Amino acid sequence: MATAIVSSARQVGRLTSAARRLYSDVYPKITTHYTIHPRDKDPRWKDISMERVAEETDILIIGGGPAGMAAAIRARQIAEEKGAEVRVTLLEKAAEAGGHILSGACVDPIALNELIPDWKDKGAPMNTPVTSDKFGLLTKSGRIPIPVFPGLPNYNHGNYVVRLGHLVKWLSEQAEAVGAEVWPGCAGADLLFRDDGSLKGVATGDVGIAKDGSPKDMFERGMEFHSKITIFAEGCHGHLTKMVSNKYNLREKSEPQSYGIGLKELWEVAPENHKPGLVEHTIGWPLDKNTYGGSFIYHLNVEEGEAPLVATGFVVGLDYTNPYISPFREFQRFKLHPYIKPMFEGGTRIAYGARALVEGGWQCLPVPVFPGGCLAGDTAGFLNVPRIKGTHNAMKSGMLAAESAMELILSGEATHEQGVTPSTYEDKLRESYVYKELKQVRNCRPSFHTSLGLYGGVAYSAFSTMMRGKEPWTLSHGGADHAKLKPAKEYQPIEYPKPDGVITFDLLSSVALTGTNHEADQPPHLTLKDDSVPVKRNLGIFDGPEARFCPAGVYEFVPMETGEGQRLQINAQNCIHCKTCDIKDPSQNINWVVPEGGGGPAYNGM
Amino acid sequence: MSRVLVGVKRVIDYAVKIRVKPDKSGVVTDGVKHSMNPFDEIAVEEAVRMKEKKLASEVIAVSCGPAQSQETLRTALAMGADRAIHVEISGPEYETLQPLHVAKILAKLSQDEKADLIIVGKQAIDDDSNQTAQMTAALLDWPQGTFASKIEKSDAGLTVTREIDGGLETVKTKMPAVISADLRLNEPRYATLPNIMKAKKKPMKKVSAKDLGVDLAARIKVISVEDPPVRQAGSIIPDVDTLVAKLKEGGHI
Repeated sequence: MATAIVSSARQVGRLTSAARRLYSDVYPKITTHYTIHPRDKDPRWKDISMERVAEETDILIIGGGPAGMAAAIRARQIAEEKGAEVRVTLLEKAAEAGGHILSGACVDPIALNELIPDWKDKGAPMNTPVTSDKFGLLTKSGRIPIPVFPGLPNYNHGNYVVRLGHLVKWLSEQAEAVGAEVWPGCAGADLLFRDDGSLKGVATGDVGIAKDGSPKDMFERGMEFHSKITIFAEGCHGHLTKMVSNKYNLREKSEPQSYGIGLKELWEVAPENHKPGLVEHTIGWPLDKNTYGGSFIYHLNVEEGEAPLVATGFVVGLDYTNPYISPFREFQRFKLHPYIKPMFEGGTRIAYGARALVEGGWQCLPVPVFPGGCLAGDTAGFLNVPRIKGTHNAMKSGMLAAESAMELILSGEATHEQGVTPSTYEDKLRESYVYKELKQVRNCRPSFHTSLGLYGGVAYSAFSTMMRGKEPWTLSHGGADHAKLKPAKEYQPIEYPKPDGVITFDLLSSVALTGTNHEADQPPHLTLKDDSVPVKRNLGIFDGPEARFCPAGVYEFVPMETGEGQRLQINAQNCIHCKTCDIKDPSQNINWVVPEGGGGPAYNGM
Repeated sequence: MSRVLVGVKRVIDYAVKIRVKPDKSGVVTDGVKHSMNPFDEIAVEEAVRMKEKKLASEVIAVSCGPAQSQETLRTALAMGADRAIHVEISGPEYETLQPLHVAKILAKLSQDEKADLIIVGKQAIDDDSNQTAQMTAALLDWPQGTFASKIEKSDAGLTVTREIDGGLETVKTKMPAVISADLRLNEPRYATLPNIMKAKKKPMKKVSAKDLGVDLAARIKVISVEDPPVRQAGSIIPDVDTLVAKLKEGGHI
C-alpha cells in the first residue's frame, strides 16, 4: 500500500515536471506596454514628467477615412454658412492621408453628391463608372453564373469603382481647403474625461518609449486635445471606440459585432484581360459551405500610357469555425481557379494589403452617442453587407455627426466645461438611408449561420431582398466571432498549395508590398493581457490560429531557445493595422493599442 | 556662434517597396509615401543640438524640389530649425536634378545667408550619390568632414570623427566647413505635434534656382532604370571534378 502511494506520487511528480517543461509558468515576457504594466508603479518612470501640452478645439475627429473627412468638411461648410468661428481638428495615425485606407472599392456616390456636388470639377478621383456586374458561384473546377439585375443589392449601375486611398487623399485636401486641420502621423491614444464622466477629449500617443517599456532620451509625452464634441471615425473595430463603448456601455443592447477579414491586391494585367468598369464577385470555392466569404475583381479605368489596373480581393467571415483556415492562403489559392487564373496570367502584382470589415449590421449597432461625442462610419458598423458597401454610409454618418455637433456648438449647449450627448445624431441616422438600408438587409448575413450554410444564406437573402426586409422577424448572429472558433482536434490541417511566385505569393513578400514599418524600439502594440495564454490556450487548444489569420505574419510560434516547448513571437513591425487579431483571438487576450504615430502600412490608393 | 545651413531632401520612404516604371525611365513616385532622407534627419538633429549647446545661433533648413518639399522643411522646422528656404524645382528640371546643382545652390545660399557651417546627410537613399557635401566644399573652397560620427566644436574650429573603412579617423578643420552626417552621429528626435504646430508659424522663404544664378541643365543622362536580375537558383555540386567541369563550361576558367 505504502509502495503504491510512493510510486504513484513519483508518477505524479514525473507528470508535473513534464507538464512544467511543456507549459512552463516562466513565460518569456512579451508585453511591456503601459496599458498592461502601468507606469505609475514602474520605478523607471519615477522622475519622468508626465505633463502634457493641451489645446482646445471645437470638434475633434479621430480618424481620417471617408467618415472622418466627411465630418470635417461638413462641419466647416456649416461654419462658413453661418459665419461662425469653429475649429475642427482631425487626427490620423497614418503618416499621410489615405495611407491606412484599404477597400475594394465600389462606391455609391450618393453621399459625395450631397457633400461636394461638384466633385467631378474639383478633380475627385472617381473615374470608373460601373459598366457591368458579374456574379458567380465557384465550384472546384467550374463556375455557375448567378444573374444580377436591377433591384438586387449587388446591382451596381450608377456606382463607381475607386481607389479609396486616393479618394480619401482628395477628401483631405478638400477638408484643408475649407479650413479643417488635418494632422497625419498623429495617433489618438488615451481618452480624457471630465469629472462628471463625460468625454473631455483625446490625447495623442507618447513617443520615445523603448521596447522594454522604459523611457528613452527622446521620450516625449503626447498632447491633449480638449473638445466640445469628439467624433470617433476610426474605421472597423477602432481601439478608442472599444474603450469608449466599454466606458459608456454603448453595446449593452446590441449583439456582439460580427466581422470579416478582407485581403486585397492590385494587379497590372494584360490589356486583353482589362475591362474597365466591370465589377465581378464570386462565392463558393475555395471556401466550404460553412465558411462565409467570397471574392471581388474590379477593373479600373486608367490614364493614357498607364498599365491596365485591376483590384482583386477576398473576404472571409471571421465567424469561421475551423482554426486551420488561413484567410491569406484562401485568397492566394482562389486565384488558381481555372475561371480566375487567366485574368492574372501575364500580369504583375503591384500592391497587397488587408483590413477587417464590419459585417454585423443592424443587430450589432451600438448606441452611437454618449456624453461628449459620437461614433461615425465603420467604427459604429454601418457597412451594408449584401450591397458590399460601407463608404456611402460612413460619409453620410460623418456628415450627420457634424450637423448634430454644429447644432450643439452654435447653440452654446456644447461647451468645454460640460459634455452633452449629441442625441439628435441618432435621430438623424434613423431618418436617413443609413439606418433604413441596414434595417432592410438585416437578415441576410445572419441567414448564413444555419446548417445549410452558403446555400441557405443565398436562398434566404433572395427571399429577404424580395420582401425588401419587411419580414417581421430579426435573425441573430448567434454570438461573437471569437467564440465560434472550434478546437483544432475537431478538424484536420488544410493542404494549401505552395505559392508559385507568379500568380500566388508567400506571406512575407506580400507584407513587404504594404510598405509597413514601425519604430523598432517601442513596446509591441499587440498587447497581451496574459503572456502565458497564447501557448497554454491558443496553441494548446486551437493550434495557434493567430499565426494563420494574421495577414502580416505578426504572430509566430517558435521553439523556445531552451529547446522545450514553444513561445509566441510577436513581430510587431509587420503589423498592417487590420485589427483581425483583436477580433478573432479565441481567448480575447490580444488587445490592439495604437503604436507610435506614423507607423503602419504605406498604402498608395488601396 | 555659427549660423548653420542644413540640406534636407524629400525621398521615397525607406520602408516602401520600390517599383520600376514600365518604360524604364525611373521609379514610380506618384502617390508613394515620401519622408525626409534619414541621414538628413541626423544632420538636422546635429544642427539643433549645436544650437541647444549654444555653439550655433541659427539653423536654416534648405530643400530643393517640388511643392511637396515644403512638408520636409516643416519637419525640419518641427525638429528645431529656425527658418526654411524652399528652392522650388519641379517637372523635368526636378527629374534631372543632380548633386552638382544642389551643391551650387547650397554654396550660393551659404554666402547669401552668411552661414559658416553646412551639414547635409552623407547620401540620399534614392540616388546614393554621396557627392553633395564634397562638391559644396570644393565650390566654396571650404574644408570638409564627411561620414561624421562625432563633431566637436571649439574656437579653433571643428574636430570631426569620421567613419572610414579601416575604423575611425579624426580630422581637425578650421571654420567655415562642410560636414556630411553618418548614421552614428546621433539619434534624431521625433517631430511631435506641438512642435509641428509651432513650425507652421516659422518663416519659409521660396526662391528659384535662377534667382541664385544656378543653371540646372543636366550633365548626366539616365539611360535606363531596371530591376536587379532575378536571382538564379544555385545547384549543389557533388565533387570537385564536376565543379571544375562546370566552371570550364561557363567560360569562367
